[in-house]
Amino acid sequence: MKQALELQVNGEAVALMVEPRQTLADVLRDSLRLTGTHLGCEMGVCGACLVLLDGKPVHGCLTLAVQAQGCAVTTVEGLDASGEIADLQAEFHARNALQCGYCTPGMLMTAQALLKRGAVPDRAEIREALSGNFCRCTGYEAIVDAIAATAAKRGAA
Amino acid sequence: MTQRFAPDRPAHIGQPHLRRNALRHLAGRGAYVSDLALPRMVHAAFLRSPMAHGRITALDLDEARAAPGVIAVYSAADLNPMCQGWTGVLSHFAGMTSPAQSILADQEVLWVGHPVAMVIARTRAEAEDACEKILLDIDDLPAVAGFAPALDPDMPAAAEASASNLCFRAELKTEGAAAAFDGAALVVEGEWRFGRHTAVTLEPRAVVADYDPASGQLTVHHGTQTPFQFQDVYARQFGLPDNRVRVISPDVGGSFGMKLHLYHEEMATVAASLKLHRPVRFVADRLESFTSDIHARDHKVKARMALDGQGQVLAMEVLDRTLIGPYSTYPRTSVAEGNQVIRLMGAPYAMPDYHGVLEVLFQNKVQTSQYRAVGHPIAVQVTEALIDLAAEKLGLDPFEMRARNVVADDAYPCASATGYRFEKLSHQESLRRLRALMDYDGLRAEQAALREKGIHRGIGLATFVEITNPGAAFYGVGGARISAQDGAVVRLTPGGEAHCAISVTEQGQGTETIIAQIVADQLGLTPDQVKVVTGDTDATPSGGATWACRGAGIGGETALRAGRKLAEQLCRIAGAILQAAPESLALRGGAVVDAATGAERLALAELARIATYRPDTLPEGTDNSLSVAQHFAPQGYPFGFTNGVQAAWVEVDTETGLVKLLKHWVVEDCGRIINPLLVDEQIRGGVVQGLGAALYEECLYDDAGQLLNGSLADYLVPMAGEMPDILIGHVETPTEDTILGAKGVGEAGTAAAGAAVMNAVNDALRPFGARLCQTPMTPARILAALGIGPTERDETWN
Amino acid sequence: MKAPPFAYRLAEDLPQALDLYARSAGDAVYLAGGHSIVPSLSLRLQAPALLIDISRIAALAGVSLGPEGLRIGATTPHAVLLEDPLVATHAPLLAEAARHVAHPAIRNRATFGGNLVLADPASEFPAVVRALRAELEVEGPEGARQIAAEDFFLDLYTTALQPGEILRAVLIPPPAPGQLVAFAELARRQGDFAMVGAAVRLVPKAGVIGTADIVFHSVGLTPMRAVAAEAALIGQALDAATIAAACAAVAQDLQPGDDPVLPAATRLHLAGVLLGRLLRRVQGEWA
Repeated sequence: MKQALELQVNGEAVALMVEPRQTLADVLRDSLRLTGTHLGCEMGVCGACLVLLDGKPVHGCLTLAVQAQGCAVTTVEGLDASGEIADLQAEFHARNALQCGYCTPGMLMTAQALLKRGAVPDRAEIREALSGNFCRCTGYEAIVDAIAATAAKRGAA
Repeated sequence: MTQRFAPDRPAHIGQPHLRRNALRHLAGRGAYVSDLALPRMVHAAFLRSPMAHGRITALDLDEARAAPGVIAVYSAADLNPMCQGWTGVLSHFAGMTSPAQSILADQEVLWVGHPVAMVIARTRAEAEDACEKILLDIDDLPAVAGFAPALDPDMPAAAEASASNLCFRAELKTEGAAAAFDGAALVVEGEWRFGRHTAVTLEPRAVVADYDPASGQLTVHHGTQTPFQFQDVYARQFGLPDNRVRVISPDVGGSFGMKLHLYHEEMATVAASLKLHRPVRFVADRLESFTSDIHARDHKVKARMALDGQGQVLAMEVLDRTLIGPYSTYPRTSVAEGNQVIRLMGAPYAMPDYHGVLEVLFQNKVQTSQYRAVGHPIAVQVTEALIDLAAEKLGLDPFEMRARNVVADDAYPCASATGYRFEKLSHQESLRRLRALMDYDGLRAEQAALREKGIHRGIGLATFVEITNPGAAFYGVGGARISAQDGAVVRLTPGGEAHCAISVTEQGQGTETIIAQIVADQLGLTPDQVKVVTGDTDATPSGGATWACRGAGIGGETALRAGRKLAEQLCRIAGAILQAAPESLALRGGAVVDAATGAERLALAELARIATYRPDTLPEGTDNSLSVAQHFAPQGYPFGFTNGVQAAWVEVDTETGLVKLLKHWVVEDCGRIINPLLVDEQIRGGVVQGLGAALYEECLYDDAGQLLNGSLADYLVPMAGEMPDILIGHVETPTEDTILGAKGVGEAGTAAAGAAVMNAVNDALRPFGARLCQTPMTPARILAALGIGPTERDETWN
Repeated sequence: MKAPPFAYRLAEDLPQALDLYARSAGDAVYLAGGHSIVPSLSLRLQAPALLIDISRIAALAGVSLGPEGLRIGATTPHAVLLEDPLVATHAPLLAEAARHVAHPAIRNRATFGGNLVLADPASEFPAVVRALRAELEVEGPEGARQIAAEDFFLDLYTTALQPGEILRAVLIPPPAPGQLVAFAELARRQGDFAMVGAAVRLVPKAGVIGTADIVFHSVGLTPMRAVAAEAALIGQALDAATIAAACAAVAQDLQPGDDPVLPAATRLHLAGVLLGRLLRRVQGEWA
C-alpha cells in the first residue's frame, strides 16, 4: 500500500506516493529520476548510494524513503547545482580521480562531509574516511590527492 | 601514408589532457544502462538453482503468473527454442570441448545461481515477489567442486553432456627442455594456488532490450565493452539481420573484461522483449553478480626452474591446472586464461627451454573467463617466485638476479621459449629506472635496521611482459566472430569543428579523450574541438572495441589514419578554393596554412561553410566530402608486447598475519604515451586490482559447490584505507608496427602487483623460514606459514 | 535485492509503539536506523507484516549524565558516541570502540540500541557494554525493567528482550576510581567485522588488579567474557608474567568455531595476541 511522502530534495519540496518497502535510493532514482545516486551493493558496504540526509551522508540503500518524511535530502545533483563542491570537483577532474564514474557521487559525499568538519585531514584520515567507498577503477590515490588538495586550499582560504 | 599532414609538433599526443566526459560524472550526470527508464519498460528477475548440480523434477509457475504486477513468467520451454544454443569452443584450441549453452536451465542445473525461470513484472520488487511463488524441485546430482573431484576418474562429469571433466589439454615443449634440467646446477621448484576471484564492477551487469515489431528493430542498451560483438551475437542467435540489431553501450560502470562475455540473463532479456514487444530491463543485483558474473583464476600450478651455476635461467617446467565452470564461456572460451598462463611463463627472461602443460577442468561453479590481465598474474607470480627462490639459493640480490636474466634491451627482435615474438622491450632500462625510483639500497638499509627492532618488512620485485594490441591470431583464427580491426568516421562539421565516431569504447579509461587528442593533432585542432562518439552500433563503424588492451594501440591508430585521411581531403578542398597545390598546405591552429611558412590561408570554419553551403562555388569536379571512413587492422607482430617491473614494500605483523602495504612502484613501457595522466591512472587502478587478488579477494565454496561469501560484506575488495601510494615511472619504446607507436597499458598493473607483494611478504618472512605460495595471502595463511594454526588441506583448495 | 511488501507506521511515543506491536499479532519489527533490518529485508531473510518506526521517539534519544552514570538513549547514532563530550569523558571505551564500527556514513544513521538489540557477536558495542557492566533499560507491554548487560546477550542474534519490548536506553555506571580501559580489534580492512576484538576494563586496588573485565567479540555466539583470563589478573600486579598468564588462559575461555577464512585455532591465537597487546597498553597507563 503506497503512502504519502513529503520531503525536500535538493532544496525543492517534493510530495509523492511511495511503497514503504522502497528505499530512499530507489525513490530518488526511479520516482524522481535523480540517477546520480547509484546502487552498488544494496547493503551499505559500497558507498555508491550516499546522499545527505539533513546534512549528513547516509546510505540511500539502507534508509527507507518513508523514514525521510519531512527531511532535507541532498543528492550529488544538488551538491553540483549549488556550486558548493565546485573546488572538489575541479580537483577530481584535474587528477582524473574517477574512471567509470559510478562511485564518484558517493566519493564526493564522503569527501564533502569530511571537509566540512573543518580541520585539514591528513592522507591517513582521508583514507580512513573513504573506508566505506568502493572504487574498482582508480586505486584511490588520485581521490585521496584530490581531497587533500581541496582541504589544503579550503584550509588556507 | 605520407607524413606531410602531421602537425608541425605533436601538440596534444603526449599531453595530460583532461577527460571532458569526467565532468558529467562529477555532476551526477552519468548515463548508465542501469539508469535507463523507457516507456512501458518492465523488469526481470530470475529464479536460480540453489544447488550446484541436479535434475529439475518439478517447476510450477502458475502461482507466480498470478502474482501482483506480473506480466509473464518463462521457463526453458518458453525461451530456449527462440534462440540457437551457443558453445564456447574455438578451433585453434585443438581438442577442446564444451557442452552447448541455452537460455534457461532445461532439466539439469549446473551451478548455484544457474537461472531456471524468468519473471517479468512492473517492478523489480514485484518480480522478486513472484520468484518466491515458483515451486521448484531439484534432485541432487553429484557436484564437482574442487580439484579432487574434477580429477577423480570415477566422478561423473559436471554436466551430463560432457564425457569427462577435462575440457582442454595443451602442451608446449622445446627440444632441449629435459636436457636443461638434467644439466642444471640448480633446480628450484614449488606449487602455487591462485584463488578464484571476480570482477566486482561497481555497476553490476545491466541490459535493457527493446524490440519494436513494427520496424523489426531490436535495440539493446547493454553495459558492455564490446557492442559490435553483441550485435552479431543477438542477430545470429535470434535470427535477425544484423543491421536491425542496434547495441548501445552508454556509460559503463566498470567492465574489466567481465562484461564482454555472453550471459544467460542478457539472452533471456532479449528473448523476453522479442516476445513482449516492449522494453525489458535486467540489472543484476550484487548477489546475482557473485553467482552469475564470470569468475577468474582458480589455478593450481606446479613449476620448477633450472639454472646454471652463474644463476642463468635455463628452462622452466610448468603444470597448470585450472577449474572453470560446467561449460566453457562464449565466445572467448574459458581456456584462454590457462593458455596465456603457460605461454607467459618466464617471458621476461632469456630462457632457452620450456616445457608447459595446461589442463582445463570442468566443475559445478559459475563459469570462469577473461578478467583483467588474463593469465598474467599467475605466470608472473610463479616465474618471479622461482627467480627469488633461485636468487636466495645462489646468494644473489633479487635485482642482480633479474638483471642477469632479462632479455637484453639490444637483443630484439627475439622470441620466447614459449613461442611469443617480441618486437622491442626494455627490461634492463626498466630495472635501472625502478632501482633509482624506489631507492632500493636505502630501503634495504631501512629493512635491516627495522629487523633489529622486531619489525618485519619486505621488498618484492616482479618483472613482467604484457600482451596488448592483439591481432586476429587471438580469437579470429579460431573461428570466433570477434573483430581484431576497428573503424572510424571522422568529419569536419559545417561549423568547422570535428566529429569522430569510432568503434572502440569508453568505460572510464579515457578512450574518447585520447581519440580526441589524436584526431586533433591530425587536423590542427584542439582536443576540445573534437567530439568523439563511441558505444553505439548505429553510430560508428564496426570494430572490436575494447579488450586485451587494444583501445589505444589499435583504436588510436585507426583514429590517426582516419584523421590524416580527412586532413588530406580538407587540403584538397582548400587547394581548390585557394588555387594552391594541396601538398603545399597543412592544417594548424584551426586553419589551413601554407605548409612552408605557416601563414594562415583559410580558416577551417570557412572551408566547412563553403563545402557545406556553397559547394556551387567550388571548381567543377571538386569532391566536397567533409567525412572520411577508415578501418585499421594490426599487421606485423601478432601481439604488441609491453613490459615493466613492479616493486612492493610491505610490513608483516608476524603475530597477526596482517600485511600492511607501505608503498608500491611501477616502471612500465607501453610504447608511445598518448596521455600520461590517463596511463598512470590505468596503472594505479590495475595495481590495486592485483593487490586485491593478492591479499583479499577469493570466492569461497564448500564441497557441495555452495558459494560461501557472495556479498560485498563477505567478499573483500581493496578499499582506500589499506591501499598504498603508487609511484610510477616510464620507459617509452614505441612499436614500429604503427604510425602512432602506442601499445596497451590497462592490464600492466594487475599483471605483476600480486607477484611483487607475494615476493615482498616472503622477503619479510625469510628470517622465519616461512614462505607463502597461495593467494589471497590471508592472515590465517600467513600465520600457517609461520607455524601458527592449521595448514589448509589440499581438498579445501576448491 | 528488493524487500518484500510490508506496512509501515511511525510511532510518536513509546506507548504508541507498544500499542502498535500489541495489535500486530507478533508480526512486527521495530525500526530505528534500519541498518540491520533493511538489508535483511532486501535479502528477504525476514518478511514482517509491519515495521514500527521508533526512530523519532524523544524518550529514546539523547545522552545525559546522572548520579547513576551515563545514560545513552537507544536511538543515539554511533557518530554521537564518537563525538559527544560526555561519552568521551565518562565512557571513553565506547568512543574508542565506535571508531571501529563500520564506516562514517553508517555511523551517522545506525543506532547504538539497534546494534545491541541485533546482538551480532561480531559487533563491538555488545562487548563494550558487557565489559563496562552497563544496565539496559527496557520498556515493554508488561512495563519497564532493567537488564544487566551481563544477562542480555543469550545466543547468536538472541537477547533477553521479550517480544514487543523496546530497548530504551543504556546506563553506563560511573567509572571506578583508577579504572583503566582499552579496546582494540584485529580486522583485515578498516571497518570490517573483526577477526577478533576485545574490551578490557581493569580497576586497581592496593597496587594490584582488583577488578578485571575482559570481553571478546567475534569469537563466539555472543560477546564472550574471558573468565579464566580475568581470574589470572585479579590480585596480581600487572606485569609481564601476569599478562602472559592471562593470555594463556584465553584458551580456557574461548572455543571459537571454524570459519572459511579463519580456522578456530588461528582465531584463538589472535585472541591471545590481542589481549596481550591490550594489557600492555593498559600497563603503560598504570599509575
